[in-house]
Amino acid sequence: MSIYQELILDHYHSPHNSGVLQKYDADVSVANSSCGDKLRITLKVRQEKITDIAFTGEGCAISIAAASMLTDEVKGKDLEAVTGMTKDDVLKLLNIQLTPTRLRCALLPLEGISKAILSLKSTML
Amino acid sequence: MLQQKSDFPILSQKNKLTYLDSAATSLKPQAVIDAMDEYYTSYSANIHRGLYPLSERASAEYEETRQVIADFIGARSEDEIIFTRNATESVNLVAYSYGREHVQKGDEIVTTVIEHHANFVPWQQLAFGTGADFKVIDITDQGDLNIFDKNGKLQLQDVITPKTKIFACNYVSNVLGTVQPVKDIIKAVRAINPEVIILIDAAQAVPHLEVNVQDLDCDFLVFSAHKMCGPTGVGVLWGRQDLLENMSPFLFGGDMINEVHIDKSVWATVPHKFEAGTPDIAGVIGLKAAVKYLQDVGLEKISKHEDELASYTREKLHEAFGNALSIVGEYSRLPHVGVVAFTIRGCHPHDIAGILAEEQICIRAGFHCAMPLHTRLGAKATSRASFYMYSTKEDADLFVSKLKNAYSVLT
Repeated sequence: MSIYQELILDHYHSPHNSGVLQKYDADVSVANSSCGDKLRITLKVRQEKITDIAFTGEGCAISIAAASMLTDEVKGKDLEAVTGMTKDDVLKLLNIQLTPTRLRCALLPLEGISKAILSLKSTML
Repeated sequence: MLQQKSDFPILSQKNKLTYLDSAATSLKPQAVIDAMDEYYTSYSANIHRGLYPLSERASAEYEETRQVIADFIGARSEDEIIFTRNATESVNLVAYSYGREHVQKGDEIVTTVIEHHANFVPWQQLAFGTGADFKVIDITDQGDLNIFDKNGKLQLQDVITPKTKIFACNYVSNVLGTVQPVKDIIKAVRAINPEVIILIDAAQAVPHLEVNVQDLDCDFLVFSAHKMCGPTGVGVLWGRQDLLENMSPFLFGGDMINEVHIDKSVWATVPHKFEAGTPDIAGVIGLKAAVKYLQDVGLEKISKHEDELASYTREKLHEAFGNALSIVGEYSRLPHVGVVAFTIRGCHPHDIAGILAEEQICIRAGFHCAMPLHTRLGAKATSRASFYMYSTKEDADLFVSKLKNAYSVLT
């Protein structure tokens, strides 16, 4: 089965939560060194919950679709629940099988969101 | 077709492979696999030590490869051939053994922005470690080294100075596919400063072109077996004997010594001084079979075949994608080997390679170990198709047709 399923391509062509939040509590960038892809993630937090999130950047269909779906998924969620998310949660959202190389593309958004939450925690401390 | 696909067992499998990544590593003909198999099944003994026939044969086959390589690249003596793990290790050997002893603060190390990381990072780090200046020759927007005046005459006065100690340059770019006029460049470097030590990275040249180290007049030349139908795990360093003799060993241990005492050790002579420990014996023997295979096919035929295929592919790509397509290095005035690296507007290279992979078409996507070049070109990444003797017009047609599908999926 192709990994380029309709759902993935829909998110790639019209990503959700695209852009930069005007007001945010965290702002981080992550990159995939093997292809130069970059994602910038901004998010807003109220009472330990992600109330809003947006991303910009350039990437392949898999990383953009993953960013689109994952930002949808984490919106409204407790920080703690998001921190506990794993590779399997991302793969479940994408609903495809990935080779190790492409897995790096799919996991870049999760890496970004985790980094954003971590930066938040260190500022709160 | 230049060479029977059936010579390459991986291509005769049922999986209908379209292999267009030969610049990363070439496929291996049965003759090479057989030569290595024979070592492992009939005479797999260590070399240079055993007094029994198996070991004598292993030593003889291993050392014979040295002579074959010397003849293949026009070296004066087989003692100038050193077996390493790969071209990268060969460059590192020179950077450590020659570089650390001869390069000082204020000296200059010169390389180019189109190098593979293998011929870039060791020099960058040598410069950082010694305090030498690291000078990187830029390219024009066409992808040619910025060392020619408007009449095409070499101008290296701004680059090579009396302070230049090392000049390292590729023979063929693994991204642009261009063949640098290395012989002329070396001559121009020597005319300005005859003391400069010149290393040529010929990893992308030796598989396709006749290379003669004496004709080039370089000091060191490196390449890898696995890009020329040989196995992975073996690289070659050729160096001028007088330089090699005056260099310190890179790795210490067994097989590289004549005498070991508690208070001192005496090194073996060149080339053994640089081959510490048990080498990849089967791999070196496989390399000998690879050279024979290349010679039987004929390098001239190989490069002509690749050139035709690459030109054909470029033409078909332009037809299919018009101005959405950009092929890097296409407008260089230099001759090309069978490498076509490109971008298509709206298509991420990873997606292109990913979609083609689903059709068993193997191309490369990313920086191809040439990040400074991609940064200079302003390309985040490129897709690359590369051809070799076993590539066919059908491979190119299938590639372009499936690329069209990828384009319609992604845009």
